[in-house]
Amino acid sequence: MKAVITVTGKDTVGIIADVAGVCAKNGANILDITQSVLSEYFAMIMLADINELKVDFSDFVDALELLGKQKGLVIHAMHEDIFNTMHHI
Amino acid sequence: MINTQDVLETINMIREECLDIRTITMGISLWDCVSEDTDRLCTKIYDKITKKAEHLVKTGADIEKMYGIPIVNKRVSVTPVSLVGGNTSPDGYIKIAKTLQRAADTLGINFIGGFSALVQKGMTVGAQNMISVIPEALTETQNVCSSVNVASTKAGINMDAIALMGSAIKRAAYLTRDNNSIACAKLVVFANVPEDNPFMAGAFCGIGEPETAINVGVSGPGVVASAIRRAGDCDLSELADVIKKTAFKITRVGQLVANEAAKRLDTPFGIVDLSLAPTPAVGDSVAYILEEMGLESCGAHGTTAALAMLNDAVKKGGVMASSHVGGLSGAFIPVSEDAGMIAAAERGALTLEKLEAMTAVCSVGLDMIAIPGDTPEEVIDGIIADEIAIGVVNTKTTAVRLIPAYGKKAGESVEFGGLLGTAPIMDLNTYSPARFIRRGGRIPAPIHSLKN
Repeated sequence: MKAVITVTGKDTVGIIADVAGVCAKNGANILDITQSVLSEYFAMIMLADINELKVDFSDFVDALELLGKQKGLVIHAMHEDIFNTMHHI
Repeated sequence: MINTQDVLETINMIREECLDIRTITMGISLWDCVSEDTDRLCTKIYDKITKKAEHLVKTGADIEKMYGIPIVNKRVSVTPVSLVGGNTSPDGYIKIAKTLQRAADTLGINFIGGFSALVQKGMTVGAQNMISVIPEALTETQNVCSSVNVASTKAGINMDAIALMGSAIKRAAYLTRDNNSIACAKLVVFANVPEDNPFMAGAFCGIGEPETAINVGVSGPGVVASAIRRAGDCDLSELADVIKKTAFKITRVGQLVANEAAKRLDTPFGIVDLSLAPTPAVGDSVAYILEEMGLESCGAHGTTAALAMLNDAVKKGGVMASSHVGGLSGAFIPVSEDAGMIAAAERGALTLEKLEAMTAVCSVGLDMIAIPGDTPEEVIDGIIADEIAIGVVNTKTTAVRLIPAYGKKAGESVEFGGLLGTAPIMDLNTYSPARFIRRGGRIPAPIHSLKN
């Protein structure tokens, strides 16, 4: 099982480190990262393996959202299936 | 790796274009609750519903978190109580309604449907008793919904039942006069009612349904409107393709959620309802889709054609996205629940007659329409009969959910709040159909050859 984590907001130092920190703490293994910064606007999509997650997925989602609130970012974590089913036959 | 464009598109649909799962509805059969003692019947009904749907709300919330998509309502639909209640007295039927409410409170669900009767060909004593207390039952409960099927293409139209419903609607409006006649928003009259519908007020668990089933209704008018806007000035063939592709994506999410809910609740998957269900939120309107297609206002001449195309394209796109479709499947046009419909009615562009024509080509029928409180009962009967005839002759589901807002006149409005929205009170043609209605009896089933 994989989760897609999206992060958007104003660019600051250490966003990736912070998100990666929450992933590591909860046992999510980061598989891939795509990120770009466009005129100070930061956007990142991260794919993480959540098979070995130490907490419920909903708690993991909450932890990331909390981090987002603290850092002034919008962070969502969603199961990859929603993207796969919607965009692939 | 997942395609970045796909991820952004999905997130944009959910965050900006109001894509949501409107409801996960668990159908629960009450056949095994039958008892000749009303109290025993109520106990069995309560126990069965609260046991089978024990984890429904929590499961809905968990799936919401898992996929990051809002699941607005968690509901239960049960076997029409007039069938399991049998010859229960009218008071007994009120007890059953209160039992359903108690079960809904325990579960924390938004609505429970199934205070229903199927009387297209005639009425049993039980159905008659139940129908006689619908207004009281809906007044004394908050989350119980009621529906009555008064006609079908195979049986014809039961005019006696329609006459009863006109009077029930008026009384329900009076009994809840201090609360905008809200009871009427929980009561719907059907022709060709589907037995697996997840949407309220018409949901019940039909007689051919399994012990339990998960039925899911999707939403997404905002997503379709945005896709049409992005398509620009293309021709109608291209536009139909745009709608189909969008409907496919929306329905796939519904199927995903339905599968997951069925798995987690250990309940068979029933159907996905291919619906475009609006909410009063700006940007979540079926009327805006029609206007985005090129109409100056919903209700303008051309509306019926645009809606026919929209409805057809939604079905074509949705069918391939789901393994089983059912319910009401199509675009909904509830006036009070759709910001664009409300605006069109207020500016006088959308009339009851136009809405009636629109129902011939789309899902459901005259839905959430407020009419003057002093509308004679027979006029309400006439509106129901007309709408039901459209369904019967065209072999489709139609329904009527009218609110004769007590003490209010055309031009005023009633505010229900939440998903039910605000209804501008529409003007009516009040020439009397009384003599026609009072003839009673049944309009015979229509012929299915010699089509013209």
